[in-house]
Amino acid sequence: MLMSWIWTGMVAISLIASILLGSGSALSAAVVKGAQGGITLAVSMAGSICLWTGVGKLMEHAGLTGKLARLLRPLLGRIFPAAKKDTALENHLSANVCANFLGLGNAATPMGIQAAQRMARGCNGIASDELCRLIVLNTASIQLIPANVAAVRSGLGCATPFDILPAVWVTSLCSAGLGVTAAWLLGRVWKK
Amino acid sequence: MTDYIVPILLLAASLLALRKQENSYDLLLSGAADGLKLLCTLVPTLVLLLTAVTMLRASGAMEAISAFLSPAFRFVGIPPETAMLVLIRPISGSAALAVGADLMAQYGVDSQIGRTAAVMLGSTETTFYTISVYFGAAGIKKTRYTLPAALFADFVGFFMASLTVRLFM
Repeated sequence: MLMSWIWTGMVAISLIASILLGSGSALSAAVVKGAQGGITLAVSMAGSICLWTGVGKLMEHAGLTGKLARLLRPLLGRIFPAAKKDTALENHLSANVCANFLGLGNAATPMGIQAAQRMARGCNGIASDELCRLIVLNTASIQLIPANVAAVRSGLGCATPFDILPAVWVTSLCSAGLGVTAAWLLGRVWKK
Repeated sequence: MTDYIVPILLLAASLLALRKQENSYDLLLSGAADGLKLLCTLVPTLVLLLTAVTMLRASGAMEAISAFLSPAFRFVGIPPETAMLVLIRPISGSAALAVGADLMAQYGVDSQIGRTAAVMLGSTETTFYTISVYFGAAGIKKTRYTLPAALFADFVGFFMASLTVRLFM
């Protein structure tokens, strides 16, 4: 339902704005141009999406996520103390974070949900501090290669689509780090 | 260094798979076929949302929204042209992709605004969707401070995207 409201809202705002600003002819031309642009964008991203989904599957089977998980274990233990006592939870958590890091969205979500369900046991429907931190960590994506964005850039004629990587890394590290810090601080004042 | 990270990742994944006696080429093939299916589900969404975003742009609404929010955005140091992207990013991933692609096409992929849009897209998530999926699956009714903390993380992301693009590029 949400998307219906977003779509209707965007069309309504466009129509009202075009009446107020007198841009009616541009608006009707935009309908055709936009639809065409959707196909152009999809086609220009197609190769990249296929390749990266393939590489994603390869990384999963090659055990790259497992190797990364071992590196991250000490850090995860600090953010989620409960994971130190619960091996299954620890595995789900590290698999979730690593899959996100490698851009394997399809693999990350089921792992994250299993971790969340384990954390939610005995919570009576009220989110625990660690659960809140897990969700915040997942809403602030840390991704090594943002393949979709690179695909859009290259589709639009960018010669160096990956030159945004350092900026993306610094940005997502800051947002995840400060997000989890904010959650930790809020957890001290916002009692159940 | 960024020139080599993608090829090195490709090689590393393939070598690791071979060492585990996995058929790396077959895995790539079947994964790429999955990617094609994923793309098919993405095409109708992109057509619809790019239509709506192009309408917003052509009608002048996009500029009006940016102009209206401009003082607040300038105050925190985020380019006002990205206002629409900032507003829609936490709500819908595909709409954000359409808005971002429009910004990159409009101002140029290598312009400051085009790059900022790309970094924003690459370093944030669809917050509301993620929260509802996780808490829905875990049966949580009271989410406490999760939403404010997650939106704060998004804000840091938008702010840092603007800052890093200004500093690094």
